[in-house]
Amino acid sequence: MNFLLEGFREGFLLALRGDPEVLSASWVTIKVALGATFFGGLFGLPVGWFLASKKFRGRGAAIAILQSLLGVPTVVIGLVVYGMLSRRGPLGFADLLFTPSAMAIGLVVLAVPIISVFSMTAVASVDERARETAMTLGASSRRAAWTVLREARFGLVAAVLGAFGRVSSEVGIAMMLGGNIKGFTRTLTTGIALESSKGEFGFGIALGVVLMIIILFTNIVSRLLQRS
Amino acid sequence: MVRLTGAILFFFASVVLPLSAESAPERKLTLATTTSTQFTGLLDWLHPHFEKRYGVRVHTIAVGTGKALRLGRDGDADVLLVHAPKAEKRFVSRGYGVNRRNVMFNDFIIVGPLADPAGVAGLADAPTALRRVSARKALWASRGDDSGTHKKEMSLWQAAGISPEGGWYLSLGQGMGDTLRIADEKGAYALTDRGSYLFFAARGKVDLRIVSEGDKRLLNPYGVIAVNPKRHPHVRYDLAMKYVTFLTSPEGQKLIGSFRVKGKKLFHPSTGSKAGKN
Repeated sequence: MNFLLEGFREGFLLALRGDPEVLSASWVTIKVALGATFFGGLFGLPVGWFLASKKFRGRGAAIAILQSLLGVPTVVIGLVVYGMLSRRGPLGFADLLFTPSAMAIGLVVLAVPIISVFSMTAVASVDERARETAMTLGASSRRAAWTVLREARFGLVAAVLGAFGRVSSEVGIAMMLGGNIKGFTRTLTTGIALESSKGEFGFGIALGVVLMIIILFTNIVSRLLQRS
Repeated sequence: MVRLTGAILFFFASVVLPLSAESAPERKLTLATTTSTQFTGLLDWLHPHFEKRYGVRVHTIAVGTGKALRLGRDGDADVLLVHAPKAEKRFVSRGYGVNRRNVMFNDFIIVGPLADPAGVAGLADAPTALRRVSARKALWASRGDDSGTHKKEMSLWQAAGISPEGGWYLSLGQGMGDTLRIADEKGAYALTDRGSYLFFAARGKVDLRIVSEGDKRLLNPYGVIAVNPKRHPHVRYDLAMKYVTFLTSPEGQKLIGSFRVKGKKLFHPSTGSKAGKN
């Protein structure tokens, strides 16, 4: 117990002091997670909207597939993307393995189903009358779709922030595709894995504290956005 | 809402665009190595000298020796620093690597709980020590990850005429640090390189003691190998060779010999020492 408290004390001190390794790992984590969330939203939000508002053959199957993708372990995603990016894989020529971009690609694969499924739920839960009212008031169908999105905005923001929290706290993909290279692809989570293997729990907890601060911060931003 | 969306998009773009720019290859050298060289801090000690001299960034991927050799074979690394001489020679003879050189050595040791429940302490002959652990069904923590240490452990079990299995034999699939920590927590015996053990013991992180050491079979040489550019034309062979030369140069050798953790010398340079030749 003592040992745990000691870890937390050391953790807060290191985080407050702005230790360069802590800063570098935080920056890598934030930039990769933002990149992955951005592209995840770029693909995921339209998919979610489309699934919620259009009827087409195979829609049920598409939803079932996306929902089961939510449960795919991150090491499996990591392994598959690794196979693509390795020199022996189809995309090997791009020299992406063990770079922040490689991590971001893997994390996009993780983020897309999350954002699709939750934004679909958000759009689907908007009262059908909102769209109908807009149409009766003379709105074009594009205008009406915008009204629906506006109504669903809390759910959409929650979907994107949920994905951000997931990708920033993920370790399997970051380790396999980034390689935990110090100052380059070492994230807070892969740093924690390394530090705990060295028995440096204090430093590991410092990284954990920073990660929690980042996630707390995004949730505060989310609350503010939802109020505006 | 539109303005807000615009602001968010701008914010993301300003962060994401530099991200893609950064992954453009500067002069980088990808080193695949074993876990012990990284977490003991040896590479953090050596690399700044090398990086400064040649204006290169060394990207270190620390995995077990088996995985490191695999990365080299697939062309996902430029140079390897590993410790499994037999596997290294096979790697070179199959044409995956070139210019293998001895770099440094230490030795493997068997560590165990302070109470030494299997009564191994003082046995210099490693297979005898293993036979005793297995006869008493004392807990044994194995790397189980095809690393250099794991390969060595398996060859020792073979020499002992035992194929280890059962509830007492914990195959962990973890790096050396994690394996030592788990052995410590569970009161298990384990094979480790002396450098890793000293790294933990010197900082008071484990309550494990050395129970068997000194067997000739326990020598642990580390070698450096450049990945064969004929097989993988994209590898940075010129930088890889600079790295090989650096580690084996008088300067590199001296740096290795002067690396200390809490006053303990963890690795011995290969030059000028008989034990380093294999």
